[in-house]
Amino acid sequence: MTVALSDYLVVSALLFGVGVYGLVTKRNAMRLVFSVEILVNAANINFVAFNRFLWIPSLGQTAVLFSIALAAAEAAVILAIVVVAYRVHDDVDVSELKNLKG
Amino acid sequence: MVDATDAAFIALTAVTIGGAISALEAKEIIYGAVGLAASFFGVASLFFLLDSPFVAVFQITVYVGAVAVLVLFTVMLVREGRWFGDSMGPVASFAALLTVVALVFSLVLSFFAAGLSNTSEQAPAPSFLGIGQLLTGHYAPVLEVLALVLAASVLGALTLAKVERPSTSDSTAKGDAGDQKGGRGGA
Repeated sequence: MTVALSDYLVVSALLFGVGVYGLVTKRNAMRLVFSVEILVNAANINFVAFNRFLWIPSLGQTAVLFSIALAAAEAAVILAIVVVAYRVHDDVDVSELKNLKG
Repeated sequence: MVDATDAAFIALTAVTIGGAISALEAKEIIYGAVGLAASFFGVASLFFLLDSPFVAVFQITVYVGAVAVLVLFTVMLVREGRWFGDSMGPVASFAALLTVVALVFSLVLSFFAAGLSNTSEQAPAPSFLGIGQLLTGHYAPVLEVLALVLAASVLGALTLAKVERPSTSDSTAKGDAGDQKGGRGGA
């Protein structure tokens, strides 16, 4: 028995499920950041797995490089926003941050 | 018949999924940050298993090296004692769990219905040369735009984190920090 493409896809789907669950149920801004990073990782596994098993030379890996760099930039901005929100509100509960609500 | 690759795959899957779950469910959020780092590491090892060492090392450098440390520092900065029970109520959590299980189940069913489980004969491993040719050739503009995005996000994060002190140095400086509107002007 060798590890097939679908095995990696199942791992990716499980990781995706964990990320969606966290994104839906958590109210702590840090946990939401964790969830978003988990979702990005699930997508990256898909890219690399398809690149490995189907014949598209290196395209998936290149896409993952871009994706990782973008996710890092996004994490930096989100964490700065969390720090500012904590400084202003003394709290990072996203259900309490309603200043922009219309 | 389970050989070494299968065992490694199963163990790495456990580390990845378990780290992700502990990132979301650990009582202390600092342990959650450590679990997140473990999950990133598991994903990087899965990339190694997929014969993609360059992406794996990039993942370790950026995620385990930079993002996890950044997350740890932020957790230490905004840490408070009353972070226990920071999710929705039990009914909402259970409904979300059911929905996610249905989602994952349908995804897995669709993978097998698409016949992807038979795709185990591997293409030749992608090479460093191919990545380099793509990065410097067809996708060179993307790379440069990505560099601009990184610079803009660093500027944006710096602008957000800047504390403007009023000229009379009293203790209200902390409260005024969030009133600045220039946070998104980094681009």
